Amino acid sequence: MKPVEQLRESMRKDRQWSFMYSMLDLELDVSQGVILYLEDVSVSFDGFKAINSLNFYVNAGELRCVIGPNGAGKTTMMDIITGKTRPDTGSAYFGRTIDLLRLSEPEIAALGIGRKFQKPTVFESHSVFENLELAMAGDKRVFPTLFARISGEQHDRIHEVLGIIGLQEQTQREAGALSHGQKQWLEIGMLLMQDPHLLLVDEPVAGMTHQEMDRTAELLLSLEGKHSVVVVEHDMDFVRSIAKRVTVLHQGSVLAEGSMDEVQNDPRVVEVYLGE
Amino acid sequence: MGVVRIMKGDKGGQAMLAVLLVVAVVVPILNLVVPESSPWHVSTYTVTLLGKYLTYALLAVAVDLVWGYLGILSLGHAAFFGLGGYAMGMYLMRQIGDRGVYGHPVLPDFMVFLNWSELPWFWQGFDLFWFAALMAILVPGTLAFIFGYLAFRSRVTGVYLSIMTQALTYALMLAFFRNEMGFGGNNGLTDFKDILGFDLKSDATRIGLFLASAGALALGYLACRWIVTSRLGRVAVAIRDAEARTRFIGYRVDRVKLAIFTFSAMLAGVAGALYVPQVGIINPGEFSPLNSIELVIWVAIGGRATLYGAVIGAILVNYGKTYFTGAFPEAWLFALGALFVIVTLFLPKGIAGLVGMIRTWRRSRSTAGPRAEAAP
Repeated sequence: MKPVEQLRESMRKDRQWSFMYSMLDLELDVSQGVILYLEDVSVSFDGFKAINSLNFYVNAGELRCVIGPNGAGKTTMMDIITGKTRPDTGSAYFGRTIDLLRLSEPEIAALGIGRKFQKPTVFESHSVFENLELAMAGDKRVFPTLFARISGEQHDRIHEVLGIIGLQEQTQREAGALSHGQKQWLEIGMLLMQDPHLLLVDEPVAGMTHQEMDRTAELLLSLEGKHSVVVVEHDMDFVRSIAKRVTVLHQGSVLAEGSMDEVQNDPRVVEVYLGE
Repeated sequence: MGVVRIMKGDKGGQAMLAVLLVVAVVVPILNLVVPESSPWHVSTYTVTLLGKYLTYALLAVAVDLVWGYLGILSLGHAAFFGLGGYAMGMYLMRQIGDRGVYGHPVLPDFMVFLNWSELPWFWQGFDLFWFAALMAILVPGTLAFIFGYLAFRSRVTGVYLSIMTQALTYALMLAFFRNEMGFGGNNGLTDFKDILGFDLKSDATRIGLFLASAGALALGYLACRWIVTSRLGRVAVAIRDAEARTRFIGYRVDRVKLAIFTFSAMLAGVAGALYVPQVGIINPGEFSPLNSIELVIWVAIGGRATLYGAVIGAILVNYGKTYFTGAFPEAWLFALGALFVIVTLFLPKGIAGLVGMIRTWRRSRSTAGPRAEAAP
């Protein structure tokens, strides 16, 4: 039986031979309308299954919300997509052709997957402007960085992003002196500077005031269509205010998927959230 | 033009370079032109001492570049300094020629003493100044590159990295203590006669070495400043403050660290190469782990992540060391320890941060002042 399985594996249609891999160009192919494929992914830490045969797809240009109780595997899923954690089994593709499991973290970032962490981490001793400059897409090898100068075009781009995140007034301020909400927006701005195809946003409104939340919702909605965005969030009101499609994770796999109303009325979801 | 750009906004650095320029002009005049009987005369001993401080200052700048801006606490930078020193020492040994105690035309004295019949392969080429000068940069650079490649690729950071750098310099010290290594064992290399044909004992040569040290410090400072003000410098600070974040943005953190660490080691090598002809000896004691730690203290006292603070710290602490070890030999280590504790407790930004502290204190007093008067 085993040889047959091996043969089938090697004859798979989407099979990419590792020795051919360097010859493939890493061009994002979203001709099927799907930008991210996670298929049958499992990962365990010391026997604990953090992700359990997870299947998760994101469409190009979509704003997707992911919810789920603590320990559902939301952060681990992000880690797999960005290359921080390698799954034990399964596959992760960016577009139809790019195998994420073969790439390192910086390579994945360079391909256009940006991530915002739970805790805002901006470069505190740099100004807002410099934070955006560092995050800017471009050649990030050592020597080009040493000789890099900001072109007029790049200057305009930084100011455009400053406008989107509403921090024009704070351009020259040290990032460490910003309020919590402003830091979160700056971090989203830093993601935007990388011209990402896919944005992973981890708990963007944790610790925010209501006004800041509204502002963040506007910001994320304005990105829809231009970028694909995956938002992980606990705050249900916030998710309701931005979500079209919601995925519920539970114990490392997808429990339900659909519009906010469908998901909230799903008895399994109710049980997971209220049954405990 | 470039110098103006990279020095813009660095007031402390501008002042430091200006003082350095004045010293480099005035000291040679006071030494060579002013007669010895005049109270303004600067002795050759003092010139050499100042030259030594300047090489220490360059070394401190190299440490500040990796510690202050990149967040790598290297406790082994004296190793790179020592290697640069040994490269220069080997050249100076070859320059002795047949004027050694044993009068051998090629072999240095210690090799004759060890009954060696010919020059080891790694001593070849050191009779040429350009080769020795190149090696003074390349050997520390190569060691730093290999060490850094292994350490940074494995993401060794923090205390673990510091301990590894200590081990590195300690291992070098033990190796160089062995006679079989061929670097003169625990006596090291000494009894130098001349450099590039100039007598090392003459005043003019001493002044030349002093000026070379001042020039190297100025150029080294500008080079570091250039790196620090470039985008690469901002990436370095980003790595220092949030390494994982920098990696996620798409920078190869290990490569950035490797490049700056290697450059810093080369700078330390240059400092070592200038140090040896001025003090007239290099021995394995230079690799002592304590030296590297003391070096970090200079930078901490001067003020981290300012570059010019490292210069101030190195010169001040070494002046203190010269004074104390002359006046109260037992008290020096206590004084150094006390200084370190005081600076850590009261001047977290070092001496360089003092100006800013005084300014904010005065501002707060001048705003508080009128209000205090207005109150009855």
